[in-house]
Amino acid sequence: MKKIAESDWPEEVHALLKDAGVRQVAIVPDAGHSRLIKLCEKDKSMRVVRLTTEEEGVAVLAGAWLGGEKGVLLMQSSGVGNCINMLTLSVACQFPLLMLVTMRGDHGEFNPAQIPMGNSTQAVLEALGVMVKRVDTPEDVTEMVSATARLAFNTYRPVALLIGQRIQGAKDFRKLTQSVPK
Amino acid sequence: MSKQTSKQIGKRLHRREVVTELLSERGNLLVVAGLGAPAWDITHAGDHDLNFPLWGAMGGAALIGLGLALAQPKRKVLVITGDGEMLMGLGALATIAVQKPRNLSVVVLDNERYGETGMQETHTGHGVNLAGMAKAAGFAHTFMVRTEAEVTRLKKRIYSGDGTLFAQIKVDAERLPLVLPPREGSLLKNRFRAALLGPDAAHQ
Repeated sequence: MKKIAESDWPEEVHALLKDAGVRQVAIVPDAGHSRLIKLCEKDKSMRVVRLTTEEEGVAVLAGAWLGGEKGVLLMQSSGVGNCINMLTLSVACQFPLLMLVTMRGDHGEFNPAQIPMGNSTQAVLEALGVMVKRVDTPEDVTEMVSATARLAFNTYRPVALLIGQRIQGAKDFRKLTQSVPK
Repeated sequence: MSKQTSKQIGKRLHRREVVTELLSERGNLLVVAGLGAPAWDITHAGDHDLNFPLWGAMGGAALIGLGLALAQPKRKVLVITGDGEMLMGLGALATIAVQKPRNLSVVVLDNERYGETGMQETHTGHGVNLAGMAKAAGFAHTFMVRTEAEVTRLKKRIYSGDGTLFAQIKVDAERLPLVLPPREGSLLKNRFRAALLGPDAAHQ
């Protein structure tokens, strides 16, 4: 299977979002989104809004829709927990919200701290009434983003696409370390 | 920011008088209000299609204003919220300051209390200076407001829209009858969009 570095999905997804009229790109970075974020930053038709926490993006994009603009929230699964109460805004008011969530605590995870949130991401979102879709193969990412965007913007609801860690590849901490000094 | 005069010491502004003043002759101003008292205050001043009063989403009011201000750069956006609501989303000060929307004003009605839950104290009664935090974050204009004259000056700045503005207005911790806006979120959203964007909003 192709890994992210060999896949064209960030370019395709950027073009797709642009074509869908997405103007505000709210982000808390994740390595899995880094190429897509760079493409959005270079795009003059898009406004990248860096956040201090993911829940801010839920509120910003509700405001964007009030003002007639579409947006996307790029985040990692760890941030889903930060969004819980703010997502009640999207649910209660039927705001369209497109969330592209790269998974941690998923396929082949190294870091135990990532597991509790990663393993409950889908259940937490669904418990709140957020519709959840999932993709685990790079060749399907673009089509799944397209379908998720259409669900969010055409049916006026928060929808999250979980992009599996299998696509990004789990971070190998051991390759980045030196041994603990004695 | 002017110094308190002796006349005003021990005497605080009334929140509903402040809000009525800020929203009188509002023109095409877009208004977002934080949950609780600020939502009742803007409704007391007159329910309006271009009001978006919150019933929840605590900590999100200023950020809804940010998304709206970025989407509508030619319109003035005023967020009116409370000290408890602002304290729950302090990161918003940094996020907004970095975006620098010239058309966004965030006004905090600071009664130093969580008014809806029994008037428990907030941090602002213990020295936390929200206007100072906004200034440190990089807001172009920040004000601590205690007098009617300062409210009048603030209003001019809000309507001039010449840079991101933050004001902390010290108000009396009075208990007032609730003045409720509609509470159905879809209705509030759709009437706002129709008033702002026209009938095509329903077909976006």
